[in-house]
Amino acid sequence: MSILSLRDVVKQYHNHTAVDHISFDVPKGKIFGLLGPNGAGKTSLIRIITTITMADSGDVILDGEPINFDHPSQIGYMPEERGLYKKMKVGEQLIYLAQLKGMPRKEANRKLKQWLTKFDILDWWDKKVEELSKGMQQKIQFIATVVHDPKLLILDEPFSGLDPINTNLIKDEIDQLNKNGTSIIFSTHRMEQVEEICENIVLINQGKKVLEGNVSEIKEEYKDNLYRIEFKGKLNADLKQDNFNIISDTDDELIIKILNDENPNLLLKQLLDSGIEIRSYSEVLPSLNEIFIKIVGDADSSNAQSNL
Amino acid sequence: MSDINKLWLIVKREYLVRVRKTTFILATLLTPLGIGLIAFVSGYMASSSMSGQKKIVLVDQSGILNEEDLTNSQYIYTKSKESLKDLKESYATKGFDLLIEVPELTDLKLREHTVSFYSTDKLSLVSLEQIERRLSRGLKKYKVSQSDIDQETLDQLEIDVKLKNAVSAGDEGSTSDSSSRMSIIISSVLSYIMGFLMYIVIFVYGSMVMRSVMEEKINRIVEVVISSVKPFTLMLGKVIGVGLVGLTQLTIWLILIPTLLTIVSMTMGLDTAATSNDAAEIVKQLEESDQFNLTQVIDEISQLNWLLIIPSFIVFFLGGYFIYSSLFAAVGSAIGDDLGEGQQLMMPIIIPVILAFVMVPAVFNDPDGPIAVFGSTFPLFSPIVMPARLPFDPPLWQVLMSMAILIGSVIFMTWMAGRIYRVGILMYGKKVSFKELGKWLFYKG
Repeated sequence: MSILSLRDVVKQYHNHTAVDHISFDVPKGKIFGLLGPNGAGKTSLIRIITTITMADSGDVILDGEPINFDHPSQIGYMPEERGLYKKMKVGEQLIYLAQLKGMPRKEANRKLKQWLTKFDILDWWDKKVEELSKGMQQKIQFIATVVHDPKLLILDEPFSGLDPINTNLIKDEIDQLNKNGTSIIFSTHRMEQVEEICENIVLINQGKKVLEGNVSEIKEEYKDNLYRIEFKGKLNADLKQDNFNIISDTDDELIIKILNDENPNLLLKQLLDSGIEIRSYSEVLPSLNEIFIKIVGDADSSNAQSNL
Repeated sequence: MSDINKLWLIVKREYLVRVRKTTFILATLLTPLGIGLIAFVSGYMASSSMSGQKKIVLVDQSGILNEEDLTNSQYIYTKSKESLKDLKESYATKGFDLLIEVPELTDLKLREHTVSFYSTDKLSLVSLEQIERRLSRGLKKYKVSQSDIDQETLDQLEIDVKLKNAVSAGDEGSTSDSSSRMSIIISSVLSYIMGFLMYIVIFVYGSMVMRSVMEEKINRIVEVVISSVKPFTLMLGKVIGVGLVGLTQLTIWLILIPTLLTIVSMTMGLDTAATSNDAAEIVKQLEESDQFNLTQVIDEISQLNWLLIIPSFIVFFLGGYFIYSSLFAAVGSAIGDDLGEGQQLMMPIIIPVILAFVMVPAVFNDPDGPIAVFGSTFPLFSPIVMPARLPFDPPLWQVLMSMAILIGSVIFMTWMAGRIYRVGILMYGKKVSFKELGKWLFYKG
């Protein structure tokens, strides 16, 4: 069951195609990563989902319905470029933004007070936004994004500009919201942030989808059968080399590639007999960053070839 | 939630944010106070210069002047038999402000006569002219008395010609001459005031809309807001909200300025009455002369076609504000943070406003002439030109046609501005040309 489905979505600006026939599904109740380098088309895609712009062609289905102007109240969107009215007071501003999302004033007031209490910042209620630090403003922005209990939460680079403490705070809140059933799209170009948080991802580059799926399945698919052995002692150099390839070899760590789908137990058996004391034996999975570089690099080189 | 509710929320925010600002409160209250103060100071100065009588001692060896003829409420003339030489020493100690010596008029045909004065204070230009006029009158009287003409014959020789509009007087029947000079003066003044008011409103509140759009774009709050409401709703809310701010300010001024001016004139009136009767005397003089008849002014003002003027003015006021402020909003969305670049984009808005304002004098010189008719029909000019034309009773069908064109243009212009706005507010770091703006009009969603 998906909260959001994109089918063959295209968005063209007059001189380039920002979104080029992209399709993917965001599963309900999960944290979903929208990945891609800067300028890949993430923001263009998000603006289509949030009804800020319209796709030139293709379908966007939110919770079973084609996207329309009733949907903004079910979506919470925190843009990468944060912004609040500087001269407005925190409380007044949050109530205004919540009302624009369709919340009645009273309910907005009650919920916002809860949120501010939760973050221990209730005494900011009557402060003007310009009096707050950047990190404080980010918290306010986050509250403004989630106060109306959106079904779908879209966070564009939510951790940029946050210190580690606030990053953790927001991370915990994201987890909490997710546990309560909110589906979350997490858009970023920093792929390492996503691996720990997201179950599913879509990876786009230059407006096109490059990769989609479950993070562990993707890693499984793109793994190089590498194993890391941490050890103590002296390694006898006569490992049977037919099925294994030593990638790196230092005083206390070995990285070995297993060839021909050989069973990793076989390698371990040989190592056990080789006279070293094994501290750890683990599979090395590629990071999303590495996978991305691998795919995009391949695509680039194939492009280059076709251009010849 | 419906768009109307959201529009209302935006209007409310735009209005409250501005009305609560200290600068707004100060400007709204201080402007009438400033005008009242200026009126008070100038009134006070006028009355103090009036009450400050000057005593003049006159040395007139040949005895051609009569001191009663010369003396008025401001200047009291006293003839002295003493010699000029003695008086030069003593006039100040005797309590005179001024010593004037009139030499003998040797030749009655002379058209110029030089008179010397001695004074410790510097005399103002106004005082000099007043004294010169008085002395000229005295000398003229002397010349008449020395000639064969008697004063009565001379008076009979003078004649004034007055042009009276016989057609309109005949048409309307009731009023003696509704197109008299007075009614033309009053219509012109009203015409100028209404044209000027529109001009100011368009610039002041139009640029307020523009700044507000730019601020949201620079702050980046705009992306948050338009993920909840349509850009057009946001723009419209802004235009309406700022418009209401303008109406609030104008209403307060419309109440406060006349109130303060009345208070000032009342206190001044009491003030001057206490010291002298001059002010009353001047008003009386003015009323007696044909040039300025207060009752006639009030009469003429009440005879203007207010049933046409007031509702039409409101329509043109709103129409003009909407057309121009939505254009300002479109430009504001395209500018971003570079105001210098904005100047260039603002030119096409500023030029028609100034052109229209320049047409206003042409309108009251020839209220039904080609400039007036064209200017009051073309929708970018009509919000300024038509109100200026209204006091001159333009043909009703022209007013209605102009309104219809204006309303149509308001709808078209706000739609067009909305198209530019929705693209502009999300466009950063790009220098925008007119060609680019034109392309935005045709962007899809």
